[in-house]
Amino acid sequence: MEQPTEQLTFDFDKVQPHFNTESPDDIKLTLGEFSGPLDLLLFLIKQEQANIFDIPIAKIADEYLKYIRLMKSLDISLAADFIVMAATLIEIKSKMLLPREIFGEAEADAEDPRQELIDRLLEHQKFKNAAEVLYEFSIVEQAVFTRGQIESDENNVETNASVFDLLAVFQKILARHVKEVQMEIAREEISLAEMLKRIRERIYNAGEIDLVEIFQTMRTKQEIVLAFIAVLELVRTESVKLTQSATFGEIILRKI
Amino acid sequence: MDLAIEEKQPRSIGEIVSIVEALIFVADEPITSKLLAEVLDENRETVESAIENLVREYDGRESGLQIREIAGGWQLGTRTEFHDEVRKFLKTRPNARLSLAALETLAVIAYKQPATIPEILEIRGVQSASAIKTLLDKRLIAAKGRKETVGRPMQYGTSKDFLIQFGLKDLSELPSIEDFEDLTSGSV
Repeated sequence: MEQPTEQLTFDFDKVQPHFNTESPDDIKLTLGEFSGPLDLLLFLIKQEQANIFDIPIAKIADEYLKYIRLMKSLDISLAADFIVMAATLIEIKSKMLLPREIFGEAEADAEDPRQELIDRLLEHQKFKNAAEVLYEFSIVEQAVFTRGQIESDENNVETNASVFDLLAVFQKILARHVKEVQMEIAREEISLAEMLKRIRERIYNAGEIDLVEIFQTMRTKQEIVLAFIAVLELVRTESVKLTQSATFGEIILRKI
Repeated sequence: MDLAIEEKQPRSIGEIVSIVEALIFVADEPITSKLLAEVLDENRETVESAIENLVREYDGRESGLQIREIAGGWQLGTRTEFHDEVRKFLKTRPNARLSLAALETLAVIAYKQPATIPEILEIRGVQSASAIKTLLDKRLIAAKGRKETVGRPMQYGTSKDFLIQFGLKDLSELPSIEDFEDLTSGSV
């Protein structure tokens, strides 16, 4: 049986954001299914009954900012994408204010600052329509029912289980309980200072020591790394000397 | 599979049609004519004409069931006309299983596949990470390798489940994206 999970039905025309500001004290906000700044922009253009190819940018930018401010004042966290779009709108608006005739007649209509935005809006609108069609497809498809799963060995493990299987499982469970022995493992941690002290003592006691020998006595990766750093540190502070008699030969740590 | 077939006798057309019907009935997923031909040990053409016969037969007697081509295979399902009664019995309601954001993202991927996240962002104007996760979880899309470009972004394409859930034979059944342009100028 189908689970009543996400019961989301939406009407592509009706679910649109709008806010009524009839009186200053009574602001009613309806947030629609809102998929992004391009969506909001399309909605505002539609609301203004403007032509998408000739967007009244100043008006739309104002409306857009008003909406953003309202959402902010209501503490609705805005996605960064909305802010980016606000900046884009302001940029276009300011570009539109610059007189274009000064470039001469030929270039007057060469580049509309709105063009890129219009292209994006049209492209977005196309895919919005495509989403709508997909939605319709899925609704139609949901009207067709296919048969439920047929029992087969693959989807019904019960058929394979016998009393002996049950016993085996039970024994496993019992075995698991026996094996539950509590153990406490202390965490071994050694600081660089301790490691320095340890290595220095070893070198001072022995006079000289093979580098390999030092690393061999280390048990964990962390200890090896620390030992390596400690040796470097000892050499740097000049309390020991590193000598190698032959190429690839053994490296000896010697007390100065 | 060792279905002991005794003597290899040529089957009659009617027999083949019946076996095809039985196999389409038991198949969990749409079954391809290739697979049907393999199981029956007949050639593709014979099986395909048997399917045609079957489809015609179901249509001819106005059956409550239909044999349809979907996701490259054949499937037995109830007729859409009777969805009210079937739903009443199953006690289910039609539901939009996807949010608007997920549907939009799916549309972009369906038409632009293989599509990368930056390409989807460009069209939708909004980050689509959670929508993509939903679509992946529902197995409607699948990762289709990385694009050899800056950052090597993952590419996504639609899956077989997408075709099944949206009732498509194959991707070419999607209406052309250019068809939506007329809608565009009309609606705004």
